[in-house]
Amino acid sequence: MSALLELRGLRVGYADERGAVTEVLHGVDLTVDRGEKVAVVGGSGSGKSTAAAAALGLLPGGGRVTGGQVRYDGEDLTAAGEARWRALRGARIGLVPQDPMSNLNPVHRVGAQIAEALTAHGLARGRAARDRAVELMAEAGIPDPARRSRQYPHEFSGGMRQRVLIAMALAAEPDLLLADEPTSALDVTVQRRILDHLAGLTEARGTAMLLITHDLALAAERADRVVVMHEGRVVETGPAGRILTAPADDYTRRLVAAAPAIGGGTRAAPAPAAPEPVLVVDGLVREFRVRGSRERVRAVDDVSFTVDAGTTTALVGESGSGKTTTARIVLGLDRPTAGTVRVGGTDPFRSSRRERAAVRRAMQPVFQDPYGSLDPTSSVARIVDEPLRVLRVGDAASRRERVTELLDAVALPAATASRRPDELSGGQRQRVAIARALAARPGLVVCDEAVSALDVLVQDQILELLTGLQRDLGVSLLFITHDLAVVGQVAHRVVVLRAGRVAEQGPVDQVVGAPAADYTRELLAAIPGGG
Amino acid sequence: MTVTETVAPPGRGERGRVLAAFLRSRSGVAGAVLLAVVVLAALLAPVLAPYSPGAVHFETPFQLPRTVGFPLGTDDLGRDVLSRILFGARASLQVGLLAVALAVLVGTPLGLAAGWWRAADVVVSRLTDLTLAFPFLIIAVGLAAISGASLAGAAVALGVAQVPTMIRVVRAETLRLREREFVLAARAMDASGPRVLLTHVLPNAASSVIVQATVIMPVAVIGEALLSFLGLGIQPPDPSLGIMLSDAQQYLYRAPWAAVFPGVAIVLICLAFNLVGDALRDALAPGARR
Repeated sequence: MSALLELRGLRVGYADERGAVTEVLHGVDLTVDRGEKVAVVGGSGSGKSTAAAAALGLLPGGGRVTGGQVRYDGEDLTAAGEARWRALRGARIGLVPQDPMSNLNPVHRVGAQIAEALTAHGLARGRAARDRAVELMAEAGIPDPARRSRQYPHEFSGGMRQRVLIAMALAAEPDLLLADEPTSALDVTVQRRILDHLAGLTEARGTAMLLITHDLALAAERADRVVVMHEGRVVETGPAGRILTAPADDYTRRLVAAAPAIGGGTRAAPAPAAPEPVLVVDGLVREFRVRGSRERVRAVDDVSFTVDAGTTTALVGESGSGKTTTARIVLGLDRPTAGTVRVGGTDPFRSSRRERAAVRRAMQPVFQDPYGSLDPTSSVARIVDEPLRVLRVGDAASRRERVTELLDAVALPAATASRRPDELSGGQRQRVAIARALAARPGLVVCDEAVSALDVLVQDQILELLTGLQRDLGVSLLFITHDLAVVGQVAHRVVVLRAGRVAEQGPVDQVVGAPAADYTRELLAAIPGGG
Repeated sequence: MTVTETVAPPGRGERGRVLAAFLRSRSGVAGAVLLAVVVLAALLAPVLAPYSPGAVHFETPFQLPRTVGFPLGTDDLGRDVLSRILFGARASLQVGLLAVALAVLVGTPLGLAAGWWRAADVVVSRLTDLTLAFPFLIIAVGLAAISGASLAGAAVALGVAQVPTMIRVVRAETLRLREREFVLAARAMDASGPRVLLTHVLPNAASSVIVQATVIMPVAVIGEALLSFLGLGIQPPDPSLGIMLSDAQQYLYRAPWAAVFPGVAIVLICLAFNLVGDALRDALAPGARR
């Protein structure tokens, strides 16, 4: 079989304004044969997206190929001009981009945008293009395509938008489909459906696929061959099954070991014998008014659960399940419409200012985005001791001591104290956020998707840190996530939320091991490599 | 398994990055140089000016520029145009700075409050909308008429007239920042509203305030010239670029230079602030690398 896409010893560098070139790809070899499905796996900064951009002739800004070749169907495209690339892109190489929210023009009808792809490549025009667009939407699995083709992107859900983008990418019947993290912005159950459908479509047409992803299990499940990249190099390439079971490279081994998987065993400390609840949520309801109508939407609908001292309760759900709203109410950032929250016996919404301060001290958050949760204008020391200053704990000297102690507890060097957040990596920032949460010695830490934005290896370290802290300090965790695989590793109890209601709750072994609700089973089956 | 991450070497930090981005902008550097010249000229006016701005030379009215002793010529009363421009620029900058200080000092707290508390927003934003419904200069002229024709009066009028736009800018920044996770984290500590506003929102909104200040400055400089031109600002015999224009208008054909040079001075002052403001805005924009 002849290679369709071939990167030969590809080197790519980015030039800064002084003309100094920083190389980010150091000789990448990658081939995709006709009809083959290849996945490129790597963490952030591995160069996987740069390699994809180079394969499309779309290197951004000062990026340029400094060595090696990009070949497509035998043709050397390394020095090809924009005109040649335009003829190839779309027509011969289709792209399914990562973010379905920003890749459709909000002011044009969806059908017209797909038709435009056809017109641009001279495949159809006018009426014929519009009819073909409807056909393509039907093939991409969009129900009632004739009507929906006349709708605007905002009338589509994330999954449906991604289907539109797939329809667009396949419009010109390309030989190769390049999918750059096509489902990482979507819920797992939607991800599964989209990928299944994509597999069916490419299978039927004999389209080759280059799948870029950070998820090794997903890559192994969806591709014939997996290419693992790390720091701008290909560290390992091989058949999908072999990479997972017998990784040859050290980095791949670490990736495989760090990837959370169902049935991978728990690392949580055993729960204390006599459980004592630190957080009791009872019959929680939160309604939101819908703009421009009298209707009210229940984002959280009669949710009850408890977190016992020294244990972890996980709140699992997809987008729109009400898990974040619940977390915000628990943290006192929002008020419930009905129901109660009790932290160590006190209801913060029905108590005096002094009692509320005590409750706040007993409970601290760690948020999802390590780039957004730290004030960029403060030093790490000021960020970490802020709870102490707000709650008026100790004096300047004792607070300085506590900061050193906390940085040590989260395995950061003491010198970090004088740094600013923009000088730290994502994992280090999340450690700082955890140190801040622990500063006032809270009994409960609320982790809202605290590891979702991190690379697998860093995620593994942060989970290790959290469970270690629980073991040493006895803190309880309310762990909010969309990822059931992570839940199996850290939680004692699991609460599965769906559309604001509790679908199922119970001890982790029961919920993950022998789920009672259909929805939980669906979630579990959707985890790549799980079902 | 613990893999220790190394701490990144200390970067240039945010301030260094902004400065580097600013210096890369050619127009920004040109503006900064021009601004330095303008400010120095205004500060050193008493030293640089050959005459006192009010010094009258009845024996030599309407001297052409490049006349010995009068580099930019004289006006109808024989007053040295150069000296009057230097002192006039000084007055312009005084009014501009006072107006900007007023807009910042009043607009920032109101904007922060409007962005944070709904109740404050209802009152402040309605008043802002109301004021912004009138053209800026109409408000400024009206206020100047009330506050009295003087340098301070003009500054107060122009500053107050700019408060609504400052409120808008700061309110928008506050609304943007209040949903950021570091603000949520502070709220979860039970930090009070004023505390969060001062320690988290204000420092992060500061760059927008600075940029808006550089936008207000030239508007205030032109506003001062206009008010003085109309007789609502600085009063003769004190020098002002606006008064010079107003005086020169009567004998524009006989001595055009007496109108042209103050006009050029106004343009240069505004240009300096606009160039610096534009470059500063680009440099402060997130991800401004190129």
